[in-house]
Amino acid sequence: MKIYEYQAKNLFSQHEIPVPLGKTIDNPQQLDSIFSEFNSPGIVLKAQVYTGGRGKAGGVKLTDDLDQAKILAREILDMNIKGLPVKTVLVEQQIDIKSEFYLSFIQDRDNSCFKLIFSPQGGMDIEELARVNPDKIWMKAIKYFPGLQSYQIREILTQLPEISLSAKKSLYTAINKLYNLFIATESSLVEINPLVITGEDKCLACDAKVVIDDNALFRHPQLASLRIPEHEDPFEREAKEKKLNYVKLDGNVGCMVNGAGLAMTTMDVIKHYQGQPANFLDIGGGAKSQQVYDALSIIVKDPAVKVIFINIFGGIVRCDQVAEGIIQAKNKLNINHPMVIRLIGTNDQLAYKLLKNENLQVFTEMSEAAKQAVKYLEESPK
Amino acid sequence: MSILIDQNSRIIVQGAAGVEGQFHLAKMIEYGSKVVAGVDPAFKTDRVGGIPAYPTVKQAVENHQADTSIIFVPAPFAYDAVLEALEHGLSLIVIITEGVPVNDMIKIKQLTKFSSTTIIGPNCPGLISPGKAKLGIMPGHIHLPGSTGVISRSGTLTYEVVQSLTKANLGQSTCVGIGGDPIPGSTFIDILKHFNEDPQTEQVVLIGEIGGSEEEKAASYIQQEFTKPVVSFIAGKTAPPEKTMGHAGAIVSGGKGTAQGKIQALINAGIKVASIPDEIVNLIKNK
Repeated sequence: MKIYEYQAKNLFSQHEIPVPLGKTIDNPQQLDSIFSEFNSPGIVLKAQVYTGGRGKAGGVKLTDDLDQAKILAREILDMNIKGLPVKTVLVEQQIDIKSEFYLSFIQDRDNSCFKLIFSPQGGMDIEELARVNPDKIWMKAIKYFPGLQSYQIREILTQLPEISLSAKKSLYTAINKLYNLFIATESSLVEINPLVITGEDKCLACDAKVVIDDNALFRHPQLASLRIPEHEDPFEREAKEKKLNYVKLDGNVGCMVNGAGLAMTTMDVIKHYQGQPANFLDIGGGAKSQQVYDALSIIVKDPAVKVIFINIFGGIVRCDQVAEGIIQAKNKLNINHPMVIRLIGTNDQLAYKLLKNENLQVFTEMSEAAKQAVKYLEESPK
Repeated sequence: MSILIDQNSRIIVQGAAGVEGQFHLAKMIEYGSKVVAGVDPAFKTDRVGGIPAYPTVKQAVENHQADTSIIFVPAPFAYDAVLEALEHGLSLIVIITEGVPVNDMIKIKQLTKFSSTTIIGPNCPGLISPGKAKLGIMPGHIHLPGSTGVISRSGTLTYEVVQSLTKANLGQSTCVGIGGDPIPGSTFIDILKHFNEDPQTEQVVLIGEIGGSEEEKAASYIQQEFTKPVVSFIAGKTAPPEKTMGHAGAIVSGGKGTAQGKIQALINAGIKVASIPDEIVNLIKNK
């Protein structure tokens, strides 16, 4: 689960990691009180979005003038960054920056442990830095038992000869505190970029990124409550509420599949035959007619969808129950899209009978079905 | 032969009294697997599906000399279930449960680093040695005994491929679903090592997907040490970056873990890669 920068910074404050003074707004008029409260002219306006690259997209602005701040805030609130509308702006005090670092902890899937990543070149995109200057990325493997050790932090900090002792001490504390937060929240990633040393040798987290392991949320209800459903893609949100896995894509073939691997493969096969999938949708390994109905109701709400492609391999799933769900959805939701149904496995003969009664054509081979879906697409009105 | 399980495996089901546990316990017995006992940690029952059930693995092992476990307990209790099975010396533990926290798997991997126990999953369909034993949730009837080993990160996609193998009369030695989570108990390489030693297995189908770098690591292992032909398929060529595609582990992140990168690594290692699943059978036959 991704959370906003300002939510991550609230977590930082709870774990005693210093952050700049900041407030969120959803309306430029709120800047009046903030300007008097901050008691310093320079502010930063930062778009809050669940994606990286907002700086390049123009979602971060600096100013020291209230009227200009209002104009800039309006501009940011009207922005779409990578398809995501900006609904909140974080307003922060400008910081007197002496040096910038990069700090993160990740769950390292390649080595089944944690990893501390540090760089003396903060502020830069870490993937970009890995390409152009990999020597400037320093890493430490951390075992779950016993966890981050003092010597590991010291080994990192001794590589920074040019900074003062007091700055080193505050970096040491920040690294320790961020690790505590990483463990306490069971996150897959916590990142500070840049982690700043100020003119007064104080350490400050100028940005904050926290990605929480969805699977661990049941242990952290207070973190689960940070989700803001209204800010998510409406299709993905509805799917989540109905316990379906859905990802919106750019094409026009609406897909419904059981199982994630088969769902990805179905998209690939559609593309192989020159079609474009409109979505990834996995109804799960044990789906019944209700999941099929729910899935189709989401697919037909997407105006881009021209053809519906259903691909079910009935192992645990019973094909007759899938067929019932399809027929129910078709009749109740008045689905007029051309439908290509590929259905095999448990109780498939029963399913074929049901679907035939409704004049629905059924395929047994995925490739044949995909070709037919693309053919319908070519015939559909542009 | 076959790998990891056969007709002599003595199986216990942890979480046997739950809906999923009961259903699949019956299906495994129906297939011919030697399921010797159930474990119901909620103390609800002492019999399930016609076999004895106990509240602890300890009793099930003492009374029935079990050596293999399959876990269906809900995600919050999976870590406890695995530790319980480890403590009592089971040699193979399959975690079917979906939604196990990544940190729990990190702990389990550290605890089993020097152990001889094999862990498969979580979030996986389990494994099957056709005609001998089924230790999982896959439909048994689509399988056929034979000489092709199958390893996959997926469930239904594996059934799809297995069915096409069976139709082409290419039977399977063992099919192993390692699961779709970022940190699986066993990796592709762990399973390939077993296939390398297995006289019944003459070739292997490896079904990967986006996310992580296990396919790339497998490619280099195959090139250096694996002695049998391998055919592969990688799902997720059309998946967008930074989105989790159903499986928690299926995500292209920071430009890493793409299907294209994996396919290239496999091809560079001399492995044939099918562009759609239909091509797998032909690639095996034209080896």
